[in-house]
Amino acid sequence: MKVRVHSHWPPGHIRTPAYLRGKQGEIEREIGLFNNPEQNAYRLASEQRALVRVRFTMAEVWGDGAETPDDVIEAEIYTHWLEPV
Amino acid sequence: MPHDHQNDEPLSSSGHPFRADDDTKLSYWQVMEIAVRELLIEKGHISASQVHEQINRMDARSPANGATIVARAWTDPQFKAALLTNAGQTSRDMGFDIGPMQLIVVENTNSVHNVVVCTLCSCYPRNLLGLPPDWYKSRAYRSRTVVEPRKVLSEFGVEIAPDVQVRVHDSTADMRYLVLPAKPAEANGVSETLLANWVTRDSMIGVGLPRAPV
Repeated sequence: MKVRVHSHWPPGHIRTPAYLRGKQGEIEREIGLFNNPEQNAYRLASEQRALVRVRFTMAEVWGDGAETPDDVIEAEIYTHWLEPV
Repeated sequence: MPHDHQNDEPLSSSGHPFRADDDTKLSYWQVMEIAVRELLIEKGHISASQVHEQINRMDARSPANGATIVARAWTDPQFKAALLTNAGQTSRDMGFDIGPMQLIVVENTNSVHNVVVCTLCSCYPRNLLGLPPDWYKSRAYRSRTVVEPRKVLSEFGVEIAPDVQVRVHDSTADMRYLVLPAKPAEANGVSETLLANWVTRDSMIGVGLPRAPV
C-alpha cells in the first residue's frame, strides 16, 4: 500500500524523522499497536496506535542528490502520520 | 613515535599519560539519578545490590549473544525461518533474556545488503548485543548513513556491488534490528559452535562482514 507521511511540524516528542515528512513510500509490514510516544513521553495517558514499517526509495527522499536512487530507507512510522496515496 | 609525548607529565608504566581525575561538578541529570536511586532504596522499593546486579547484567551482554543466533540461523533453516518471522520470541526460546525488547532480523542476500542506524537517538538491540559502539551514537554516523550509506560503508571497509540494493533501517520507534549477514562461502562445513566466531558485532549492524576468526 502506498502512503505519504504528513508534513506536519508540531512541537514535542515525535518519532517521525523530519527528513521523511512529506515523502511517499510503501508499507513494508504492519508491526502492531503501541502506546503513542507523543503522549507516552510526557507520562500522559496514551492511546494505542498502529505502527508500520514504510519503505522509501533514496530517489524519493533525496531527489536528484540521491547517492543511489534505487537503494531504500525503511523506518517505523505511526499510522496517524500517514495518508493513503 | 607513539610514545613521544610533548609535555613533561608523568607517564604510567605503559608509557601513556595518567588519565585526569574526574574532578568536575555533577550534571543536573547525574544529581537527579542519585537522588531518585537513594529515595527508592530508602523507601525500600529496591536495594543497592539489586541496582548493581542489573548493571552487571547489562555489562555481561555482548555481541557473542547475537553471534550464536546468527550461527544457528546459518545451520538450521527452520530456526532461520522462525527468526525472520518473529525474532524476539525466537531469541527468547533460545534462552536469551531480552526483556520486553521487540526485535526484527533482516537478512543479507546476493541482492540486498542491510545496515542499521537510529537517526533520532541511538536505539540499538542492547538487551541482546550489549552497549552500542561510540561511533553508532555519533552525529556523523546517524546523519550520513541515511544520506550516503555506500560511502559510509566504504569507510568501514565494506564495498557494496552496484547490483546489490542497500537497505537502511532507521530505528525510529519501538523495534530494534539485527542484521543476519550472509554466511561466507569459506565457512562451509564449519560447525555451528565454531561459526559463531565468524560473526562480528559490526556484521550484525551491517557495517561489517563475517570473517574467519584470527
